[in-house]
Amino acid sequence: MGETFLTIDNVTKSFGATTVVRNVDIAIDKGEFVSFLGPSGCGKTTTLRMVAGFEGPTTGRILIDGKDVTNLKPNQRSIGMVFQSYALFPNMTVAQNIAFGLKVAGASTDAITARVEEMLGIIKLPEHGGRYPFQLSGGQQQRVALARALAVKPSVLLLDEPLSALDAKIRISLRAEIRAIQRELGITTIYVTHDQEEALSMSDRIVVMNEGRVEQIGTPLDIYNKPSSRFVASFVGTLTVLPAKIVNASKGTLSLDGQSIHAGKKFTGAPGKTVSVALRPEAIAIGKGGANANRLDAKVASVNFLGSIVRVKVRTGAQDISLDMFNQSTTAPPKVGEKVTVNFNPDDLVVLDGPAEG
Amino acid sequence: MTDAAISDPAAGRSAPPAGARSLNLPTQWLGVAPFFLFALMFLILPTAYLVLGAFQNDQGEFTLANIYALSQPSILAAYWISIRISLASALLGAFTGLAIAVAIVRGGLPNWVRSATMTFSGVASNFAGVPLAFAFLATLGRLGLVTVLMNTLFGVNIYAYGFNILSFWGLTLTYLYFQIPLMVVIITPAIDGLKKEWGEAAATLGATTWQYWRMVVIPVLWPSFLGTVILLFANAFGAIATAYALTGSSLNIVPILLYAQIRGDVLHNPHLGYALAFGMIFITGLANIFYIWFRTRSERWLK
Amino acid sequence: MKGTRFWAWLTFGIGAAYFFIPLIATIEFSLRMRRGAYSFDAYRVVFGDERFQATFGYSVLVAAFTIVLGVLIVVPTAYWIRLRLPHIRPVVEFITLLPLIIPAIVIVFGYIRMYGSSSPLPFLATTRGTDLLLAIGYATLALPYMYRAVDTGLRTIDVRTLTEAAQILGAGWATIITRVILPNVLIAVLSGAFLTFAIVIGEFTMASLLNRPAFGPYLQNIGANRAYEPAALAIIAFFITWGCMAVIQILSRYAPKSASRPN
Repeated sequence: MGETFLTIDNVTKSFGATTVVRNVDIAIDKGEFVSFLGPSGCGKTTTLRMVAGFEGPTTGRILIDGKDVTNLKPNQRSIGMVFQSYALFPNMTVAQNIAFGLKVAGASTDAITARVEEMLGIIKLPEHGGRYPFQLSGGQQQRVALARALAVKPSVLLLDEPLSALDAKIRISLRAEIRAIQRELGITTIYVTHDQEEALSMSDRIVVMNEGRVEQIGTPLDIYNKPSSRFVASFVGTLTVLPAKIVNASKGTLSLDGQSIHAGKKFTGAPGKTVSVALRPEAIAIGKGGANANRLDAKVASVNFLGSIVRVKVRTGAQDISLDMFNQSTTAPPKVGEKVTVNFNPDDLVVLDGPAEG
Repeated sequence: MTDAAISDPAAGRSAPPAGARSLNLPTQWLGVAPFFLFALMFLILPTAYLVLGAFQNDQGEFTLANIYALSQPSILAAYWISIRISLASALLGAFTGLAIAVAIVRGGLPNWVRSATMTFSGVASNFAGVPLAFAFLATLGRLGLVTVLMNTLFGVNIYAYGFNILSFWGLTLTYLYFQIPLMVVIITPAIDGLKKEWGEAAATLGATTWQYWRMVVIPVLWPSFLGTVILLFANAFGAIATAYALTGSSLNIVPILLYAQIRGDVLHNPHLGYALAFGMIFITGLANIFYIWFRTRSERWLK
Repeated sequence: MKGTRFWAWLTFGIGAAYFFIPLIATIEFSLRMRRGAYSFDAYRVVFGDERFQATFGYSVLVAAFTIVLGVLIVVPTAYWIRLRLPHIRPVVEFITLLPLIIPAIVIVFGYIRMYGSSSPLPFLATTRGTDLLLAIGYATLALPYMYRAVDTGLRTIDVRTLTEAAQILGAGWATIITRVILPNVLIAVLSGAFLTFAIVIGEFTMASLLNRPAFGPYLQNIGANRAYEPAALAIIAFFITWGCMAVIQILSRYAPKSASRPN
């Protein structure tokens, strides 16, 4: 990784008696694409708005390129921002929208024309310069908003749930497009989203936030495979959380509904204590598995066909476990009520503290 | 016309014979016939009758003499003072109303200020006519509370300074009592329509508050603002009850002149009365045509 | 931010002063009838005046007719246009806006010339006919407000689906309008009705030129001849308007909310 470009230094934000962001510490490298991921109300948008300068932190500092910008107004920070609602100026054409930042900065007409032309090319709307926002689709409007934000060559790009208002198909194609443009320009980017798929597919690193705190910072792979907390594990990806009783912590054995299983990673706890164990649906398969695999006897409770995968729910005693299998025309999915054995690798079993809830 | 028949689902259902199709047409229009009949009989024809009368002499022949007769000094003066009062009360009302609307929407005032203002504006914009004149006589008339208080507290006799409630400024000040609230009622939703994100986007792009207002807010609000100014103008231009109750017939504005003409043919020429009425429609109509022209010409971004 | 709030308060304060001082002055003036002491004498005189009771009663009656007439003309039209003739909406909207452009005095002038006693439709030949013409004139004045209120009410419900659902259940047109559409836009119609009432109750021009004994001409007459009663009448009129607006605001709380605007 390169040098740190944007620092959010121990920032806290309170509105009256309620604290919405607590001691957030994030260092972002130059050219890095970082997502803030979390449920609504987790403080991710407030953090972004503090970087933009719309809110001032109660305590802490924000530094861009080594310069303390905490007390600078938004229009002095050299940032580009894209909003969920596009926020294009309705009285201006696409070209005028893109030119706005250059115009207020006093750029020459020739320079503006050239830059607008270039930006229209980058967002692949070269013929749309003369249109008004209401004549464009949502996806096109958001591309224009991106071009408008980037036209002034900001040092940081902030995107606040930019795809939430769009259709599923456009969302996926725009994801790739935004990421490609970001890579090409090498611009340091913060992307706020509540959609884990978006965060996982686009980011260099993800900051998972909850209740104003940073839960985990890491690469998408780390976040998904090695969740550091129960919140991260359950928020990112689908997860089955089950209560299990510790049999012998040093040997890594537990008892799940009377069936014995063992975990690949170390954990601690007195024998007989109930802990939560988590499993991702894709880690479980039907069949006996390899020699080292955990096996559970279960009964098929439901079968849901989701296209490329089939999600099967099996029941062991009182617990439902979800598992995913690929849809293959040669092997039919199991039938409801069928008795099956499922297996999973001990390394895929995550032992979390505390008993399972809900 | 054929659109109606085609868009009717019944018409396409079973390819009816030609007779049925032509029968279908009037039934489509039967639903709106009472409205059009009403509008024709009680809105359009009476107006058209006056407009035609303005271009006819006693023998029913076409003439421009009535229109020409409007140019006599007393009538021209009446039009001129009417236009001035309407324009002054419309513009002052519009800018003051806009300032109040901006203050209650964007000024960071508590919520009750906004709801109280909106409720009061709804009432005051409909509080016109004779009672309004009474209220202003009780306030700024020779014995009005403000007049008396100014005199006893500050020793200022506003009437000695040339103020008169029965004057251009007196009437304008009175008209503002319904003009300002009408502006507030109409323009507040338009200000609500300004998205907060526009301001934030402009700020991140380096714009100052003034640049944001000049390049986004004013152009966006302009059509509704201008439209409301025209409405306020027409509102004041046709108003008679307040002026009549306030001034009797001492202030020679067009509606009062027309009122006197209808009651007693003071101009001694019925067709000149028609011309007077035509002149009023012409001016309010012209204002509206200007507005429509302006809107279609400069506001291509409006859906 | 602090500066903004200061200017906002200042603007609001000046506006509030402009609007409240005349009300206070009028109230004060209306209480001055008895020499040397504040009293409600002016109100007592006004309410005791036979002509007040007669003209007010007359205007209430005309307002009621106006509202019925307005509803009969506007509701079916607005409904039919939403359902079957959306392409003529601009024409109808333009017509409903005409009364804002054509002054009331011009409209009533036209009536006097067109519907005189020697015309083919001699409304003005009889007292009842003139009363009817006054209600008609008021209905045109209220047309912009009534139409907009009803049309807004219709927009919040899905007229077409409701109509089709009723038709599938075998309802006729009369049933659809009275049992399905009207109850759903009742709040909007009532709002329009109270606004109409507020506009019509003290109207002067039309009533005066048609020589009807309405509240507006009575007010004008008192204003020309009395000192303290006009102030009392102004306060009474203000509270009537205020009452109408309050009812509209209370009604709007019960209005069905549009599906597209969830707030």
